[in-house]
Amino acid sequence: MSAAQPGPIHSAIESKLREQFAPDRLTVIDESHRHEGHSGARPGGESHFRVEIVAAAFAGVSRTERHRRVHRALATELEGGVHALALRLLAPGES
Amino acid sequence: MNDTTTGNAVHDRIRQEIKDNSVVLFMKGTPAFPMCGFSAAVVQVLNNMGVQYKGIDVLTDPGLRQGIKEFSDWPTIPQLFVKGEFIGGCDIVREMQTSGELKTLFTDKGVATKAA
Repeated sequence: MSAAQPGPIHSAIESKLREQFAPDRLTVIDESHRHEGHSGARPGGESHFRVEIVAAAFAGVSRTERHRRVHRALATELEGGVHALALRLLAPGES
Repeated sequence: MNDTTTGNAVHDRIRQEIKDNSVVLFMKGTPAFPMCGFSAAVVQVLNNMGVQYKGIDVLTDPGLRQGIKEFSDWPTIPQLFVKGEFIGGCDIVREMQTSGELKTLFTDKGVATKAA
């Protein structure tokens, strides 16, 4: 069975991150289905996301500051329905 | 009135907790009964390393739950502090454990861990 089309929040996260960080690589995964029935899950889904970014913008920037920049870029989503945002934020050449 | 008084009672309490305790985890639930997978993951890391820490449940205190986010400029729970310094949330703690940086951090800060 093919995956459903990305929802509106999923799409907004992708476009904001692409615009903000000009990433070499960007992966946004909606993991909400794995949290159905847990606290923070919503009937419409789009509550739990996993994001991996590889971007030159993160070179020389501390871990906490990388996360804060992504939090700021997605402030609207985090204040809205996004309950959990797992982040892996790398500069090119890091693993 | 002194430098460390902000007039924000919640921030003052947080400041006191991270001053009085070498390792503090603000979390959902308790170390014995975490109420969120991300909090549980950090509890597991700390327990596996044999670190003594104080777990503080934000679910029982809405003011604290909001206040800790403002205090750290960090929108999510859990949050780990070592010797008064904000270290990060679940992703950062796990990355630092994997890379060995967390062990180094505890050693540098004089926090005892069990021998690997």
